[in-house]
Amino acid sequence: MCRESMAYDVVIVGAGPAGLSAAIRLKQLCREKNVDLSVCVVEKGAEVGAHIISGNVFEPRALNELLPQWKQEEAPIRVPVSSDKFWFLTKDRAFSLPSPFSNRGNYVISLSQLVRWLGGKAEELGVEIYPGFAASEILYDADNKVIGIGTNDMGIAKDGSKKENFQRGVELRGRITLLAEGCRGSLSEKLIKNFKLREKSHAQHQTYALGIKEVWEIDEGKHNPGEILHTLGWPLDQKTYGGSFLYHMNDRQIALGLVVALNYHNPFLNPYEEFQKFKHHPAIKPLLEGGTVVQYGARTLNEGGLQSIPYPVFPGGAIIGCAAGFLNVPKIKGTHTAMKSGMLAAEAGFGVLHEDLNMEIYWDTLRNSWVWQELQRARNYRPAFEYGLLPGLAICGLEHYILRGKSPYTLKHGKPDYEATDAARLHSPIEYPKPDGVLSFDVPTSLHRSNTNHEHDQPAHLRLRDPKIPELVNLPEYAGPESRYCPARVYEYVPDEKNQLKLQINAQNCLHCKACDIKDPKQNIEWTVPEGGGGPGYSVM
Amino acid sequence: MKIMVAIKRVVDYAVKIRVKSDRTGVETNNVKMSMNPFCEIALEEALRIKESGLASEVVAVSMGPAQCVDTLRTGLAMGADRGVHVEAAGQLYPLTVAKILKSLVEVEKPGLIILGKQAIDDDCNQTGQMVAGLLSWPQGTFASKVVLDKEKQLAMVEREVDGGLETLELDLPAVITTDLRLNQPRYATLPNIMKAKSKPIKKYTPQELNVDVKSDLEVIQVTEPPKRKAGVILSSVEELIDKLKNEARVI
Repeated sequence: MCRESMAYDVVIVGAGPAGLSAAIRLKQLCREKNVDLSVCVVEKGAEVGAHIISGNVFEPRALNELLPQWKQEEAPIRVPVSSDKFWFLTKDRAFSLPSPFSNRGNYVISLSQLVRWLGGKAEELGVEIYPGFAASEILYDADNKVIGIGTNDMGIAKDGSKKENFQRGVELRGRITLLAEGCRGSLSEKLIKNFKLREKSHAQHQTYALGIKEVWEIDEGKHNPGEILHTLGWPLDQKTYGGSFLYHMNDRQIALGLVVALNYHNPFLNPYEEFQKFKHHPAIKPLLEGGTVVQYGARTLNEGGLQSIPYPVFPGGAIIGCAAGFLNVPKIKGTHTAMKSGMLAAEAGFGVLHEDLNMEIYWDTLRNSWVWQELQRARNYRPAFEYGLLPGLAICGLEHYILRGKSPYTLKHGKPDYEATDAARLHSPIEYPKPDGVLSFDVPTSLHRSNTNHEHDQPAHLRLRDPKIPELVNLPEYAGPESRYCPARVYEYVPDEKNQLKLQINAQNCLHCKACDIKDPKQNIEWTVPEGGGGPGYSVM
Repeated sequence: MKIMVAIKRVVDYAVKIRVKSDRTGVETNNVKMSMNPFCEIALEEALRIKESGLASEVVAVSMGPAQCVDTLRTGLAMGADRGVHVEAAGQLYPLTVAKILKSLVEVEKPGLIILGKQAIDDDCNQTGQMVAGLLSWPQGTFASKVVLDKEKQLAMVEREVDGGLETLELDLPAVITTDLRLNQPRYATLPNIMKAKSKPIKKYTPQELNVDVKSDLEVIQVTEPPKRKAGVILSSVEELIDKLKNEARVI
């Protein structure tokens, strides 16, 4: 069956901070030069903001450039940072350390809310945004140039047959295609491989972390809008990089979470359970007592920094935002750099369409921008922890207080995350405490709070490249780590009729975090995009 | 023949509901809203009737705040020809909705009104029946199958009732409310979403339709259901009798 085709000047995949900033910037340039370009943004979430989850302590630098009137236009940015705490935790105690961050001038926000507002601004300027549509395919012309994307066919049953409401996907052709899918974007990863973009920029592999977050509503008396806290140490051990965050928003809400680097060694580690443990720490517990959980979610984030950025331009378009990887790890911020990258790509794209210039200009403007300056300064903090927690902290101290951005060396990342997992026989299983239902919860309860849903009768979007690997390798050698790192309990080993453990994939639970695509030891799990409109329903994350 | 379909904007079925801290209702701030699933089924049925040549036009109607227009646009994207938005603030109870629908029927003069059997936010299951009562039209509720006979101006409606299936024959014009198994609603395609932007939506206020939205009902309090208490495993029949007698006091 032939697909319908719709043509635009610019097609953007992903209505997140990068995608929307690019769309808005394009329309602004159109106004300035009195021309018009048709801009279309497709978003796999059911609505703009539904798949957006982030800490978030927001640095308004890019937004000040993009929409300087954001305050008057009532952007949901209302809570300035009031205090900045940094603790080292042991099992029972918290030691206050000098805060390495400078968050003055930044705000505690819900990125999901901000993105919704950005979506409204984009639509006001004439950008067409289509939530509920998943870009599942890249379209190429005869010269291997990217000419747009194809959306998913909808209404296919689990067995692959067409249901009553089968609807063929459509082709969205763009003279320029921008991929803004976020960390480990499914199309972006294919493109990076296809065009060898990491080799082209001599980049290392990307490294990742998994962030698990809850938003709570707490007692008025305990709530302090603008107060932010970061912790290191317990519950993670010295060999596992990561830490927690706790930010006070407004309306008695706080955002808290645990971020665990995915190059952890112990296959028995369960980041979700570590987060549940964290909430019971005597310094954290009192804050949460008497409160209720509003929402839960999880997402992977980039930690590779400068060393891992692929060449972000390909024939026919570019990669922007976390899909390329501009997160500043020591600052723990990626929103402002993602937005700026979108704006720069828009400016380059406008030049391509309007003045017949080259998209490669995006790469040049990126490297001359404050994004690059920041990432240059930040590049050694994360790789320093390859040497362990304390040496890592020492090197960070050196970078921060003495070298101050003038480091004559660039540290390299260790093994890719999927290679870092040790064999299970080298470790012992970790006994995690049972959830108490008040501070800590089981996965199904948490998952319910993410408003996740997928049309049940569709093919599983998590594909095994080799269906035998889970039972032949993952289970015997690594004790089935996917059953532990997935924050949505998609992967379970259940006994079959012959009492043999078999992998069961509960695709309907998926939070679209991409941890499995990243961490699977044999890279056997491929995250592909399910029918549009499914996945989590974040509104305050 | 024109078909009027009433669609309601409700909290999306996948969202975890929370009660507002002041107990006046359910939290709808920052919460995803969608078309009521039974209304989707109603609209789908209307579209199929039109596609089979038995109706000329499908009009989608929604009442409530300005954002109802989004829900109407989804309906237009599915294939409705026109939209009607009755803008009203505050809670609209079934009787008020039914009165507004009656006024709209006098304007639009449809041969058939299709509604969802109930909305998933209040589960009232009243509006369709009240509309039929106000208009003195026949009603076929909980429809799991609808077959129209244009010549004889009849609708054959198979209803899901407690005892099984009941088949009714209704003279048109009539009111039908839809149950889950009637059909599977179509997806709104991208090209249709774009076309929907230019389809007209007419606006009314309840005053223009001579309907007073003041209600006889007042919600005093909304609370979460009490948490289920853990069960107790007993060791003997004697213990069970003792507990039933002395703790639960039911014997």
